Amino acid sequence: MSNLTVKNVSKIYPGHSANDEPVLALDRVSFHVEDHEFCSVLGHSGCGKTTLLMMMAGFEDASEGQIMVDGKPIGKPTWQRSIVFQDYALFPWMTVQENISFGLEMKKIPLADRKEVIQKNIQLVGLSGFENRYPHQLSGGMKQRVSIARALAVDPKVLLMDEPFAALDAQNRALMQEEMGRILASSDITQRKTMIMVTHSIDEAVILSDRIVVLTRRPGRVKANVIVNLPRPRVEESPEFIALKRQIRDLIHDEFEIEA
Amino acid sequence: MIKGATSSKRPPGLLAILGSKIKNLTLIAVLLCLWQYVSVAVLDSTSRVLLPPPTAIFSAAWELLSSGELLRHTRDSLKREVVAFLWATISIPIGIAMGWWRTVDQQLDPLMEMLRPIPPLAWIPLSILWFGIGDAQNQFIIFLGIFFPILLNTINGVKGIELNLIRAARCLGASEGNILWRIVVKAAMPQIVTGIRVGLGVGWMALVAAELVGANSGLGFLINDARTVLRTDYIIVGMATIGMVGLLIDQAIRELGRRLLPWSRVMGR
Ligand SMILES: Nc1ncnc2c1ncn2[C@@H]1O[C@H](COP(=O)(O)OP(=O)(O)OP(=O)(O)O)[C@@H](O)[C@H]1O
Ligand SMILES: [Mg+2]
Repeated sequence: MSNLTVKNVSKIYPGHSANDEPVLALDRVSFHVEDHEFCSVLGHSGCGKTTLLMMMAGFEDASEGQIMVDGKPIGKPTWQRSIVFQDYALFPWMTVQENISFGLEMKKIPLADRKEVIQKNIQLVGLSGFENRYPHQLSGGMKQRVSIARALAVDPKVLLMDEPFAALDAQNRALMQEEMGRILASSDITQRKTMIMVTHSIDEAVILSDRIVVLTRRPGRVKANVIVNLPRPRVEESPEFIALKRQIRDLIHDEFEIEA
Repeated sequence: MIKGATSSKRPPGLLAILGSKIKNLTLIAVLLCLWQYVSVAVLDSTSRVLLPPPTAIFSAAWELLSSGELLRHTRDSLKREVVAFLWATISIPIGIAMGWWRTVDQQLDPLMEMLRPIPPLAWIPLSILWFGIGDAQNQFIIFLGIFFPILLNTINGVKGIELNLIRAARCLGASEGNILWRIVVKAAMPQIVTGIRVGLGVGWMALVAAELVGANSGLGFLINDARTVLRTDYIIVGMATIGMVGLLIDQAIRELGRRLLPWSRVMGR
């Protein structure tokens, strides 16, 4: 339950060798995410979305500018900003239960409370009955659920998600987006975490977000910052939904024209 | 529900397994018959000494078994392999340290790269001078054979760990110590077990060579000793035993890996 500010953030990757040009991945990106808000950062492949997310988590330093949570500059990575990785990054030697438990153990939460939190989060993502499976025994969609449950279990202030549904097949992706929408719709707004999701899917962004930050092609700059005021759960066939999608598509038409 | 599913799909009966195995042994059976024929009917009695027929080898095997001699030599060889392996497990912490800390790698890597290309067998003369003939010298040679495969696999396992796993652990609040013990070591385990498998195999080969020249017991000693008295049947029985024990060690490690690392497919069939 925190707000997050990205202020004038640039990222330059130095070249690997002398004749290798440095890469400007992000160019003075600024936006603000309110408490309880679900914010999507929408942008083309290679525009610096992962870079931005890793900087928010604290794994990369900004070359310029600052990222702040509740007005304070962020420091090293911490459970207060937990991540859902694009490739899930589940620990393959741990069962579903143990994966979710890991962060809680690191926080030294007593066993009894731990069990309760694990159970609650397993139910939230709809994985009851799969507690003792290993990741390799799960489908892609189920792995992503575990990864979301694991990140939520440590009770972070901000949840960071890197194209969480991109690796799924179309059917699973739609299902997961719907589930995520359900979780967002049902939970009490004051209970909701501040969430930031990077994605290249307009649909996904419109289904889930309260705010959509659109980035340009590389180097990523903020192209638009759109507030989405549609009621939840969102109805994809509704005229408002379609209109908003078209608005965003038009808005960023030149950035996305290559996409079908 | 799950119980019902497994019991309804029972493994095929022992007889069926044996049946299919026997079919696969056709070629071997034909070759054995051919060998028997050549040895008995084609070779004269002097050259038959060099290639005794399978029947003679089986009776030699029975002789060596019933006298307990074969078991004694196998036990001595296995004991050397096990002791050397226990010493060689020092390569696991060294490999983890080399894979994880750059400075350790930078210091140790040149040393390891200098020692590694020297085949274990090239150490035999020096090791005989250092340790004399016997267990210590043999174990030293086997140790060298086991050490490097485990070391290299451990280093690769640690270095090859996915960056996102470490990042995930770190953003879930894991300390550096927890990351090393609960993430890095675990993630490298399948490769470490692979290293152990390869290492024990190399060690077993080195063992036999070490025993050929520097031992008074063991399977390598047995076959070399048999050579001096021209007992080709004993030599062949010894060779077959060496092969079979080597295979059994490998199978045992695979099975162990499968049991201990059910999440990994490294030991898969
Ligand atoms: N470690 C690095 N060193 C050098 N350049 C990098 C590094 N990481 C990313 N880049 C470059 O920065 C740019 C942005 O990369 P980033 O991974 O953030 O893009 P992205 O928006 O997440 O793309 P995608 O949608 O394909 O995941 C790319 O051009 C990439 O080549
Ligand atoms: Mg990315």
